[in-house]
Amino acid sequence: MTGDFTNWAGKIADIGPIYPFVGSEGLLVIVGVALWLGWHIMQTKQENQEHRESVKHSKEELDEIINRN
Amino acid sequence: MSNELSALGIIFTEFYYWVTVVFMFLIHAGFCIYEVAASRRKNHVHTLMKNTMLIPLVTITFFFFGWWIYFAFSNGPGITGGLNSAPWAEPWSELMGAHMGKGADGWERINGVFWAAFLLFSWTAASIVSGSVIERIKSSAFWILAVLIGSVFWVIDAAWGWSADGWMVQLLGYHDAYASGVIHAIAGGFALGVLIPLGARIGKFAPDGTPRNINPHNPWLVTVGLFMIFTGFWGFYVACNIPMWDIQAGDETFFSATNIYLGPTTLSAITFNFLMSFSGGLLSAYVVSKGDAFWTYSGGLAGIIAASAGNDLYHPIQAMLIAAAVVPIIYKMHFWVERRFKIDDAVGAVAVHGYAGFFGVVIAGFMLWGYPSSPNPDYATINPLGQFIGAIIMFGVLGFLPGYVSAKILKSFDMLRIPEHVEIAGLDIVHEESVKNDTDALRAAELEAAKNI
Repeated sequence: MTGDFTNWAGKIADIGPIYPFVGSEGLLVIVGVALWLGWHIMQTKQENQEHRESVKHSKEELDEIINRN
Repeated sequence: MSNELSALGIIFTEFYYWVTVVFMFLIHAGFCIYEVAASRRKNHVHTLMKNTMLIPLVTITFFFFGWWIYFAFSNGPGITGGLNSAPWAEPWSELMGAHMGKGADGWERINGVFWAAFLLFSWTAASIVSGSVIERIKSSAFWILAVLIGSVFWVIDAAWGWSADGWMVQLLGYHDAYASGVIHAIAGGFALGVLIPLGARIGKFAPDGTPRNINPHNPWLVTVGLFMIFTGFWGFYVACNIPMWDIQAGDETFFSATNIYLGPTTLSAITFNFLMSFSGGLLSAYVVSKGDAFWTYSGGLAGIIAASAGNDLYHPIQAMLIAAAVVPIIYKMHFWVERRFKIDDAVGAVAVHGYAGFFGVVIAGFMLWGYPSSPNPDYATINPLGQFIGAIIMFGVLGFLPGYVSAKILKSFDMLRIPEHVEIAGLDIVHEESVKNDTDALRAAELEAAKNI
C-alpha cells in the first residue's frame, strides 16, 4: 500500500511511503538537480553583472578620493 | 515497531538525533555572526550571504549524492572492496521521504534525522572554509567549493575513517571519535589549498612582506558568534554518538552509548572531556596570546578539536592537557605560515581547525595505542602510524589537494577572485548606494510632507 490515501484504516505495518505521487521520485531528482545547476548558472551571471557595475561605481569613487587627496 | 520496548528504542533514537540537529543549527548562526563581525563594514552583506547560502546548496546536494557517498564509499572503493549498495540513501529511494516502515528495518525513522545530523557536519566543514576566504573570493566560486567540501570530500573521509567498517578503520586502526581529522583537519587543509591560489587581501602585507593586522570590525560580536559555535558544538559531540546499542559480545546483552565505530563510551565521559579540553584550550590561549580575545576564544575551540579524536576514552585531565599543549603550537604556526608563505587566513581557520585537528588525530595514536578501533577483532588496533597516515589523508589528500586543484581551476577561468576595484571599494558598494538612494528618497518625501504641516 503506497500513496494516494483516503483513510488510515488499513494495517499500518503494511504501509510504505505516505507522500503523494509515489513513483515520481526519479523525475523529482532530475528536476531538483536541474534546479540546483541552473541556480549556479543564474547566480554566476548575476554576480558578474554586479561586479561590472561595482567596478564602474568604484572607479568613480576611487577617482574622487584620489583627487581629494 | 510491534512492541513498546522496540518502539521506545527507535523513537528515542529518532528524537535524540533530531535534538542534536537543532543544537547544531547554532553553529551556523554563530558562524554567520562571527564572519560578519570579522569582516570590514564595506563587505558585511556579501559576507553574510556567502555563509548563509552554503546552507541550502550543501543541503540539496547532500540529499542528491552526499548521503549515498557515505554508505557507498566505505571500501574506498577499490581498497577493501567495491561500491556498497545503499538503497535507503539514494535520492530516489522511497525511504528518503515520509514512510511508515514496510520492509525498512527502522530506516524510515532514522534516515531523515541521521541524514540531517551528517548534513549539519557538512555545513560546518564548508563554514570553516568560508571564514578564511572572506572579503575577496567570488561568492559563486565559494559556493562551488562549499558543495565540494560539504557534499563530496568530507563525506568520502567519513566513509573511510568515520564509519564502523571504513577501510581506514579496518586497515589503519583509524580512530577519530569527535572528528578532529574527519571534519576539522580536512576543512582546514581544504581552506589552505584554496588560500594559496586565492591570494591575500589587498593591503594585508606591506611591500617588505610584513603582515598587517586587519582587525575584526566588532570584536564583541566575534565572541558572541564563537559562544554560539561552542553551544552548537555540544550538539555536534552528541550527534557523533549512537545513543543506545548492545555492545556486549556473545549472547549476553549490555546497552550503552557508543562512538560511531560502535565502541563503548558515555555521554558523561564526553561531557567531562568537552569541558575540560575547552578549558585547557582557553587557559593556554589566553597566556600565549597575551589576553587577546579573538585568539583566546579560538584557542578554546582549538583545544576541543585537539582532544576530539580520543575524547570518547580520555581522562578529563588528559583532555585538558592535550588541549593546553596543542594550542600554543597552532597559534605560533598560524603566524609563522602567515609571515613565511604570505597566507592570509582571515580568521585563523587553518590553524584552529586544520593544524589542531591534525595534531589531535596524531596524539590519539599515542594515547590510545593498542586500543581496539572497532568491536570487530579482525580490524587493526589504534596505533601512531595509522593515525599519522590518517591525519595526512584527512588534511592533505582529501583536504588540501582538492581545495588547491579546484581553486586553481576556478582561477584559470577568472572565476575565483573579485575585481581589485570592487575589493578596494567594498563588495557592498552597489547595495550601499541603493540604501543611500532609498534613504535620500525617503528624506525628500519627509521634507515635502513637512512643508504641508
